[in-house]
Amino acid sequence: MAEADIQLMAHLMRRAGFGATYEELERRAAVGYEETVEQLLHPENEQDLTMDVMQRYMHGWRDMNSIMANQAYWTYRMVNSSRQLEEKLCLFWHGIFCVGDSKCMAANQILVQLNNFRKDGLGNFENLLLGLSRDPAMLYYLDNQLSHKEAVNENWGRELLELFSMGVGMDGQANYSEDDVKACAEAFTGWTIGNAIPRYPYGRYDNSFLYNQYDHSEDNKTFLGEQGNFNGDDVVKIIAKQPSTARFISRHLYNFFVADEPQVPAWQTTPPRDPEAIELLEKTYFESGYEIRSMLRVLFNSDFFKNARFAKVKSPTEVVINTLRLRGDFTIPKPKIYDPAMEIRYMGQDLLNPPTVEGWHTGKEWIDSGTLVERVNYTAGEMGDINSPGIRSIINRVAEQGSSISAEQLLDGCLEMLGGYSLTDDTRALLLENAGKNGDISTGSDEFAEQVGETLQLIVSTQEYQFT
Amino acid sequence: MTSTNQDPVLVVLQLSGGNDILNTVIPYNDPLYVDNRPNVRIPTDQVIPINDDLGFNPNMAPLKPLWDQGNMAIVQGVGYPNPNRSHFRSMDIWHTCEPDKIAEEGWLGRAIRDLDPNKENVLTGVNFGRGLPRALAAPGVPVASVGSLETYGVLTSIEQEEKRSEALNIFSRMYSPTMGQGPVFDYLSQNGMDALTGADILATAPGKYSSSVEYGASSTSQYMRNIAQVHCAGLGTRILYTTAPYNSFDTHATQMTAHANLITDVSTMVSDFYADLKEHNASENVLLLVFTEFGRRVHDNGSGTDHGSGGAAFLFGDKVKGGLYGEYPSLEADKLLDGDLHFNNDFRGLYATILEDWFGLDAQPIVNGNFEKMDFIAK
Repeated sequence: MAEADIQLMAHLMRRAGFGATYEELERRAAVGYEETVEQLLHPENEQDLTMDVMQRYMHGWRDMNSIMANQAYWTYRMVNSSRQLEEKLCLFWHGIFCVGDSKCMAANQILVQLNNFRKDGLGNFENLLLGLSRDPAMLYYLDNQLSHKEAVNENWGRELLELFSMGVGMDGQANYSEDDVKACAEAFTGWTIGNAIPRYPYGRYDNSFLYNQYDHSEDNKTFLGEQGNFNGDDVVKIIAKQPSTARFISRHLYNFFVADEPQVPAWQTTPPRDPEAIELLEKTYFESGYEIRSMLRVLFNSDFFKNARFAKVKSPTEVVINTLRLRGDFTIPKPKIYDPAMEIRYMGQDLLNPPTVEGWHTGKEWIDSGTLVERVNYTAGEMGDINSPGIRSIINRVAEQGSSISAEQLLDGCLEMLGGYSLTDDTRALLLENAGKNGDISTGSDEFAEQVGETLQLIVSTQEYQFT
Repeated sequence: MTSTNQDPVLVVLQLSGGNDILNTVIPYNDPLYVDNRPNVRIPTDQVIPINDDLGFNPNMAPLKPLWDQGNMAIVQGVGYPNPNRSHFRSMDIWHTCEPDKIAEEGWLGRAIRDLDPNKENVLTGVNFGRGLPRALAAPGVPVASVGSLETYGVLTSIEQEEKRSEALNIFSRMYSPTMGQGPVFDYLSQNGMDALTGADILATAPGKYSSSVEYGASSTSQYMRNIAQVHCAGLGTRILYTTAPYNSFDTHATQMTAHANLITDVSTMVSDFYADLKEHNASENVLLLVFTEFGRRVHDNGSGTDHGSGGAAFLFGDKVKGGLYGEYPSLEADKLLDGDLHFNNDFRGLYATILEDWFGLDAQPIVNGNFEKMDFIAK
C-alpha cells in the first residue's frame, strides 16, 4: 500500500476522529479514502459503544451525577468508540454551544445535551438549533427560565445570534441589530424548564423542556426584517436561512477540521483564511438544506482539507485521546478512568466546563509555558512506555526494516508509525544525531526497544508534534 | 521593574468547598448559635475566646499567638450581592470578580500582568498544584503550575537521569528561536524556553533552603512549605497560590470530625509557614490571604451544613493590622438571607485593598469597579 495513502488517512483520522494506530490506518486505507469518509459520516452503521461496560467497571457512575464521572465516561468513549466522527463532532458542538458545569442544575443534564449532539450533530442545522433551544441545560445556562413575557431576559436570545448561529458580523458589517436581539429574546419567552419528577425515592430524573404559553409574548415582532407574531421556532427558521449563518457554521467547521482561524470575535472584520473553501461550504449548506453531513462530505473530500496537514495546534483533548489510542491499552474503564480528563484539564481544557459561553480559545492559545510542560511531560511519559501494546507494536514494525538499521530508518520509521509527521530540518538534524549516537542500530538487541521509546519521546516533545 | 526580596509578596491559600464560618470564628455567646446548631456546634467551654462575643474553633489554637501579636486580621461577612451557592460558580466569581457574567480573566492574572508588564520574570506568579486556578489565568501571562517542587520540570516523565538530561539538551536546542518557521512556531519556541527557564530557576529553590520547621504531611501543608522555599530563594516571585484539595471543606455530613481535621490542618500549616518565614527573616514582605467561596447554612442539617453565603477571609503578616473587619453577620432570622448569613463586605473591596495598599496597583480595572477598601494593611 502506498505510504502517501496511509499518511492521508492518518490526517483524516486525526481530524475526523482522535487519530489511529498504524494498523487501523492500513485497514482503512485498504477500504479507500472516500469510502472511509462515508463510513465516518454514517456512525449509525457502526456498533455503538454500550454503557454496560462502564456500569460493570464503575458501578453507579451515573448516579454520581458529577462532572468527574461524566468526563471519565466521555473520555473513555472518545478513545474507544468506533464512531470516531460522532465523538469528534460532539466535541465540536460542545465547544460552540457551550454550557458548563459551573452553572448547571445537575451535572448529568449536560450528558443529555451531548447525546443530542450525537443524535443530531450531523443532520439539519435548523433541527439542531431547535433542539438546543429546548435543551434544559442550555436554557438554564443562559437564564431563559428567567425570561418572562413582562420581564424579558436577553441572555439566550443574544447568544443564540452572536455565538451559536450568525455571529456579530461578516465582511465588516453587523449581522443583526440590538432590536433583533430583543425580538429574538421575546420570541423565546415561555421556553422554560419543567419541574422534574421528585428525586426521592428513585433518584434524580433529567429535566425536560416546558413551553409555557401563558408566559409567552404574543406581541408582533420584527426580526431580521420579517414581521409576525413569532415564536422561538419561527426565529430559528429565519436564522437558519441567513447567509451569515452559512458563513458562521462554515468558518467554525473550517477552524475545527481544517486550519486554525483567528478567534471568533475577530470574524466580523477578518476575512476567512481560505475564502474559496468557505464559499464552497456555504453553497453546500444551502444546497443540502442545511445539512452538516453534506458540508463535512465536501470538506473531507476537498483538496483544501487534504493539503492542510499540520495546520492546526492540537487541542488538549486531541493530545490526550490520541495518545491513549496509540498506546492501545485504555480499552476498559479501569481504576485510572479519571486520569485522562484530569490531564486534559491540566493542559487547559476542562471538558464539560468551558471557561465562558464563548468556549475555549483555540489554536496557539492552547499553549502557554505551563500547559506546554503538561503536554510534553504527559506525551513523553505515555509514548515512552515500551510495555504498552501500541508502543510494542510500533517497535516491532520499525524492527521489520532489517536486523541493522540506520538512524534515518529509526527516526523515519517512528514518524511514519505515529501518522506521518514531518520535522523541520533543524529538528530532524537534532533527532538524527541522537538516534545515531551509538552507531549502527541492531533491531535484535536488548536496547532496541528503548531506543525506539526514546525516539518517540523526543518526537512528541517537538514543536512539530504539537500540530495536527 | 526589578524585583528584590523586599517587593511585596502575596500568598493565597484557597479553602475549596465552603468553610463553615460559624464553627471557625464562633459567636459563642449568641443563643441563636446554640438554637441553630443542635448537632453541629462547638461547646462553649471549648471555644478559644478572642473577645466577649467571638472565639476561635479549639483547633485554631496554633493561630492564637498570631492573633495576640496583632498579625492576623479577620474580614467578617465577606461575600457579594446575590450570592451563588454553586461551588464552581461562586469560586469563579471570587476568581474573576464578575458576579453577573461568566468571565475569563482572573484577578491575579491581571495583577501579575501589571506587576511585570514586560514579562521580565517568568516566575512572577507561581501556582502549587496541577492545573491553573482561574484566578491566575490571563492571556499572555506565564504562570508556572507546580505539581511537585522536588520534581518539577520539563520531561520529568523520563525517569533515567542521564537520558533525561540528554533529552533536555535536545529540547532546549529544538525550542531555541529559529528564523522563518512562522509566528505559531515562534510562539511555541518562546513558551518552551520560558518553561525551561522557569523550571531551571525553580529547581534551585529546595537546595537553597533548610529549616527547623517541620510541616504537616497533607499535600496542602507541603505546598505551603514549597511556597516558603520559593519565597526564601529570592526568585522575584510576587504571587504564590495553592488550594486545599478539591472541595474538602464541603462538609454536608459528619462535619464535626471532618471540619476539626481541616481546621487543625490549616491552622497548623499557617502557623508553621509564618514561623518558617520568621526563621528565614523573610516575613516582612509577605501577606497571606486565606479565603473560601462561601460560608455554610446557619441551621445545621443534623450531621453537617449545606451551602450558605456570607463567609470570612483571613489575612496574616507582619504588616497586617490585626483585628476584626466588617461586622459579624446577624443570626437573627429576619436578618438572614434564605437561611444564610448576609454579607456586608464585598470581597472586591478586600481585593482592592491588597492590590492598592499592598502592591501599589490600580485596583479598578482588575476588580471591575470601585469598592470600599478596608484598613488592614499598616502603612
